[in-house]
Amino acid sequence: MSILIDEKTRVMVQGLGRDGSFHARQMKDYGTSVVAGVHPGRGGSVFEGIPVFDTADEAVGKTGAQCSVLFVPAPFASDAILESANAGVGLVVAVTEGIPVLDMSRVAQELDELDTRLVGPNCPGLISPGKSKVGIMPGNIFSRGPIGVISRSGTLTYEVVNQLSLAGYGQSTAIGMGGDPIVGMKYNDYLVHFERDAETELVVIVGEIGGTDEQDAAAFIGQHVTKPVVGYIVGRSAPPGKRMGHAGAIISGADSTAEAKVNVLREHGIPVADTVEQIVDLVAAGLGG
Amino acid sequence: MKLEEFQAKKLFREHGIPAPDGVMVTSAADGKTAALALGCPVVVKAQVKTGGRGKAGGVKLARTPDEAFSAADSILGMDIKGFRVERLLIDPAVPIAAEYYVGITIDRKRKIPVMMVSASGGMDIEKVAAETPEKIHFQPVHPERGLRFFEAKKLAFRLFSDSREVMAAASIMVKLWKCFNDLDATLAEINPLARLEDGSITALDAKIVLDDNALYRHPGMEELRLPTPSEKKELGAKSHGLSYVQLEGEIGCMVNGAGLAMATMDVIKHLGGTPANFLDIGGSSNPEKVVHAMELLVSDSNVKAIFINVFGGITRCDDVANGLVQALSGIDLEVPMVVRLTGTNEEEGIRILAGHGITALKDMTRGAAEAIRLAREGSVGR
Repeated sequence: MSILIDEKTRVMVQGLGRDGSFHARQMKDYGTSVVAGVHPGRGGSVFEGIPVFDTADEAVGKTGAQCSVLFVPAPFASDAILESANAGVGLVVAVTEGIPVLDMSRVAQELDELDTRLVGPNCPGLISPGKSKVGIMPGNIFSRGPIGVISRSGTLTYEVVNQLSLAGYGQSTAIGMGGDPIVGMKYNDYLVHFERDAETELVVIVGEIGGTDEQDAAAFIGQHVTKPVVGYIVGRSAPPGKRMGHAGAIISGADSTAEAKVNVLREHGIPVADTVEQIVDLVAAGLGG
Repeated sequence: MKLEEFQAKKLFREHGIPAPDGVMVTSAADGKTAALALGCPVVVKAQVKTGGRGKAGGVKLARTPDEAFSAADSILGMDIKGFRVERLLIDPAVPIAAEYYVGITIDRKRKIPVMMVSASGGMDIEKVAAETPEKIHFQPVHPERGLRFFEAKKLAFRLFSDSREVMAAASIMVKLWKCFNDLDATLAEINPLARLEDGSITALDAKIVLDDNALYRHPGMEELRLPTPSEKKELGAKSHGLSYVQLEGEIGCMVNGAGLAMATMDVIKHLGGTPANFLDIGGSSNPEKVVHAMELLVSDSNVKAIFINVFGGITRCDDVANGLVQALSGIDLEVPMVVRLTGTNEEEGIRILAGHGITALKDMTRGAAEAIRLAREGSVGR
């Protein structure tokens, strides 16, 4: 098992520009069931054996796509998310970086009324190793196993996963939930799925400065998660008021510091690693107990 | 992008929010002239993009033009929390009866804008939120419907009892929402919103933070950018596709990815070192980007050693290594450097670097420790 995506998930790629084309091929090579491309003006063509449509509606109607991964440029991305959602796609993964926050607020309100879940934006996507990859992660560093991973970052996720894989701890599903102030699903939404997933035995959450999602996760884990959880928070050395790359990674109050997040996780009995290497030790301990 | 008070007040007035119509000056003489023109008393206010300037002595009341001159003279050049004062706002002073807080920002948890008001105005609102959260009142604002007048009125009744004052304050709140929404702001704040002795309501301070991701649809706003020296460096880096924030430590960091860059700074600190910067060079190993990144690091005289931390994912480590070699061949480095390379084809990448005399290893913590050791050795040797 795994969560949200597996080998049967029918995936369409929105936006076949340079990045979209490259990663459509990468995903297909990984084994993802890529059934359609959507690119206005290129309907009727075929890319790498994948039929391309002008609109999401057509793509869903003709191919039964259930999941869309978005490489649409930021000015048009929020509309493209809503296009997929309104076409009946159940899971939208927005890789696009730089979407205005008020656009995302409007998207979030509308998604509440639809039956669509959103991963991202500004995220590397998600992967169920050996089954399906929807996003831009390097597939070869992932391996199949019992660890669920939820992270706000990209390369840091790879770093963490690489160390887990090398130590023999494969992953059921690994998710980069996105580095923006407003993202679709958050830790708690994923934790619900991991808690129910028979393959997942332990969840690693990788957090950072900004917002209070990690605090919400700590409280949620205390009440609703029986599986062991290991935490890791970055940005302990970040100055307040400065944006650390990610639009959402900015310390704007006492609650959004790394220190506050580490403390709350520990108060809820969740072990927190000081370095990436320590995550592996804490995972070993968590599985052993 | 943070605006200064004089810029934010102008935008407020353009949206119909009453705010003193003062004059921005950059010299004490102009401050005196402005005081003469406005009529005394005036308030002389440092224009810096940080809070707490009043406590730092950056706001002074002047009863005469000569007092305005000496106040301006003493505030200009002052250092307020690391910001040098280069501009002043000379505002007409007004008789204040009471001070309130009104602000709008994004509630990340509920994913919508939220308006916040409090009768505890003029203070640090985060302190109010932490110590007496019951004194702040909230109204979520639907991003499509906007703030309706009845919602604003409900908030205004929390602050005022006189119905004329309630109506005036509610109208200001609706206008503040419009300003926030029109400009694609992430924060629009009036602190304090003052009730004057004549019963009128006016914005005595103004703070606006614009969404960097939305600036493409407000091309005129770019002209309002008044970067501090460190911001200039950050903007220069941005034009090369680099995300850079200068800190005060000794280990210059170059990393691919924002999360990993933060993790790198943290591990340096964890091991007793001090990171000189945050620097995310993005996903690719484009040699040109690496060159610009190296130039940033070597231009920082605090840097005693450089730590390059790269995770080779889709871009393989051997490609990254070749990119680094190419980039570094044109740079004359005076400080020691450690490269940490891991991910796809890491052995090959490390071998390529070693062939060019570059110390490379695959463990992040050991790489950071080595950079710290070399930095200390270097500074002892000098």
